Amino acid sequence: MRVVGRSVPRKEGLAKARGAARYVDDLRFPGMLHGRTIRSTIARGELTAVHLDFDRAGFTVVDHHDIPGRNVVALIQDDQPFLVEREVRHAEEAVLLLAHEDREALRAASVRVECCAGAPILDPERSPQAFKELAIEKGDLVRGFAEADVVVEGEYRTGRQEHVYVEPQGVIAVPGHGAMTVYGSLQCPHYVHRALVGLLGLPHDRVRVVQTETGGGFGGKEDYPSIIAGHAALLALKSGRPVKLVYDRLEDMAATTKRHPSIVRHRTGVRRDGRITAMEINVLLDGGAYCTLSPVVLSRGCLHATGPYRCDNVRVRGRVVMTNTPPSGAFRGFGAPQTVFAAEVQVDRVAEAIGLDPVRLRERNALRPGDTMATGQVLGRDASALAVLREAVKRSDFHRKRRAWRGTKRGIGLSLFFHGAGFTGSGEVMLASKASLDLTERGARVLVGSTEMGQGARTTLAQVVSEALEIPIGRVEVAEPDTSRVPDSGPTVASRTCMVVGGLLKACAEEMKSRLGGLSPAAYLRRHGPLRVTRRYEPPPGIVWDDATYRGDAYATYGWGCDVVEVELDPVTYEVRPTRVTAVVEIGRAVNPLMVAGQVEGGTAQGLGYALLEEVVMRDGRMTNAQLTNYMVPTTLDTPPIDVTILESPYRHGPYGAKGVGEMPMSGPGPAVANAVRHLGLDLRSLPITPEKVLECVSSSTEDAPTPTRRH
Amino acid sequence: MRFVLNGRRTDADAPPLKRLLDVLREDCGLAGTKEGCGEGECGACTVLVDGVPVNSCLVPFAHVRGRQVTTIEGLRGRMPEAFVREGGTQCGICTPGVLMAAAALGPRPTAARVREALAGNLCRCTGYAGIVRALAGPRAAPRPRVRAVPRRSAARRRARD
Repeated sequence: MRVVGRSVPRKEGLAKARGAARYVDDLRFPGMLHGRTIRSTIARGELTAVHLDFDRAGFTVVDHHDIPGRNVVALIQDDQPFLVEREVRHAEEAVLLLAHEDREALRAASVRVECCAGAPILDPERSPQAFKELAIEKGDLVRGFAEADVVVEGEYRTGRQEHVYVEPQGVIAVPGHGAMTVYGSLQCPHYVHRALVGLLGLPHDRVRVVQTETGGGFGGKEDYPSIIAGHAALLALKSGRPVKLVYDRLEDMAATTKRHPSIVRHRTGVRRDGRITAMEINVLLDGGAYCTLSPVVLSRGCLHATGPYRCDNVRVRGRVVMTNTPPSGAFRGFGAPQTVFAAEVQVDRVAEAIGLDPVRLRERNALRPGDTMATGQVLGRDASALAVLREAVKRSDFHRKRRAWRGTKRGIGLSLFFHGAGFTGSGEVMLASKASLDLTERGARVLVGSTEMGQGARTTLAQVVSEALEIPIGRVEVAEPDTSRVPDSGPTVASRTCMVVGGLLKACAEEMKSRLGGLSPAAYLRRHGPLRVTRRYEPPPGIVWDDATYRGDAYATYGWGCDVVEVELDPVTYEVRPTRVTAVVEIGRAVNPLMVAGQVEGGTAQGLGYALLEEVVMRDGRMTNAQLTNYMVPTTLDTPPIDVTILESPYRHGPYGAKGVGEMPMSGPGPAVANAVRHLGLDLRSLPITPEKVLECVSSSTEDAPTPTRRH
Repeated sequence: MRFVLNGRRTDADAPPLKRLLDVLREDCGLAGTKEGCGEGECGACTVLVDGVPVNSCLVPFAHVRGRQVTTIEGLRGRMPEAFVREGGTQCGICTPGVLMAAAALGPRPTAARVREALAGNLCRCTGYAGIVRALAGPRAAPRPRVRAVPRRSAARRRARD
């Protein structure tokens, strides 16, 4: 390989590091106004009146009456309005929009929103409304529990998590004659396009969405940009002028989506020899006030709920419910970090219950090539659970530290995890993504709707094309994601871009190469004129999925990971500090090892934040710590050295063997931290593990000391 | 009001209480300095005032009268190349601020010194690993290893099954 497998420098890297890259807030248009969103004040009720206590000269004011098309954010269910008409379902719903050319005047405008308050539903366990329920069944649970010597039960909880992309959400809407263009910080330009077409009632070709350089997404810019883009477009339509709408940090944190809070209950049957005979799992997710992507988040969560283990008798039941809180949405991992946390802490507790080493128990039950998963999917040769486990254990010197640190203030724990690459179930088939390649004078231009948001898609996709076309990477351009120019390659989510869109581009490049027949691009263009090659997604042979029964191949393939986290407990402050992480992933093939490592390092840090620091505090259906002063994400001092090993086991249907990587590293740190804390003798089963929880646990465990684990 | 911006005498006509961040971006046309939080927590807006890193979202314009302000556009040296080489920049929105905070560090700092000096700069993409590698050198912070899945474990796997 010439280019694939090399850490080719990020295409836009120098522009970013020199401050020359232009993000949406850096753009200005002549006559541009600034926008502001007025929100509801209560979690549930009815809007009764809105009072504008300011001089309206120079202001553009928009409410739901100004919507020319449909007042629904097009996604899975058509339940969420762009602007409240009467019913209020959460405390951050947009009611009214204002625009003015002077930001100070805009900020100073006083608006009073009057509502008639109802009793909000805030506890997901008491919610009467489910957005989706599902069950995955395999074998016979009764028989499985009958075969078990020991049954272990447990309940695990995780809280909301905020994305904290360092660039807040923002867009600029520019009106034209019967047309609208939106520039924005977003992951999925075609999602926004679809939402705007419905909202504005315009033909498809009169709406254009352009992704600007995007300062982080992590799922937070998957679905929400449709809303902010809609709001800016309504203001632009009414004022006839470009409108910039960029949230400040407080508004971004309070109003935009979060990771779904979860309650997961496990009941596991195990024999004395360590074989797991039954798994009964119940997953409850809090979806917030509107459906957004919750059904798919639930699906992915439940499909990862067993952890990477073989078991003949399984039942997973899942439910995602409505509460009167701002909607939960996509966040790196998409339901899996919650259920993998539960599964992996449960596995350590099962090991404790039968007095078996946690590594031995995992080795005994880890999925191997040819094993059948809960959905009936038979795993291929690239099922690498054992390989990542053994590498991480060896690399971290796990066994020695585990023995040596017992009874000290140091702890070490591990987690074994996996992640389905690409859309869940029949998602990829329904998306039917397209990618195109244009021949240029010097080489080729990639035309895809996939977006660069820091993960390295632009560079990685160019590497795939460069390799297949056998031209230098510098001759591969990547077009700006502009819905008027690029095909819909599906959203940039689900660890799918390299594997799925990269696969399409490889096929395009191979066809282009054969069409060139040895001619240089310039010579071909002179002789034959322009050349564009387009490919549409076809599932790999033998992939079958049934959405109704949850049987079949939930994902074309999986990535595998193992994290070992070492921690220190501060006996004075009760802070748990991670001191080292060993992360081992198997992701098929690393097209660009540095980018892959970046995903692992960054995802691990985000996972450590989820495990230890990041707590969204809700009161009356509202986030009360919506600022970076008291919603804490890891700094340099909270993030230990992360030792990354990338294992390769090429996947037959991925470009040059590549699978997905983006989300998976998020799943490992939570349970590995909790298991390291268990090693300290503290039984904590909810994230984040804050000093307050540790204090409470230490106080109660001194009264009721846990029984030490038997050694083998 | 007069000050020295990236080594050049500059006169900007802006209210004295306007945030330095906005003066730089709007009045001076230097958009390389970014706003991440507006409350002095994330460090994306870091610039140097008389060589000292400050959060420009917390500094009123009047404060820099007659002083030297350095932004990413005025940064000299090869740090940007090192950031690209070692994976110190991903989405890039924090990168100018990180570089400005690092500019006050002096050459070849230790990893510990880098972590201390950059504790006020949030990066949500890199886990700081690439940033530490870029500034303290790859020997101070591990680079990723790439390995084939060992055949041994594949063979053992077959033997077990």
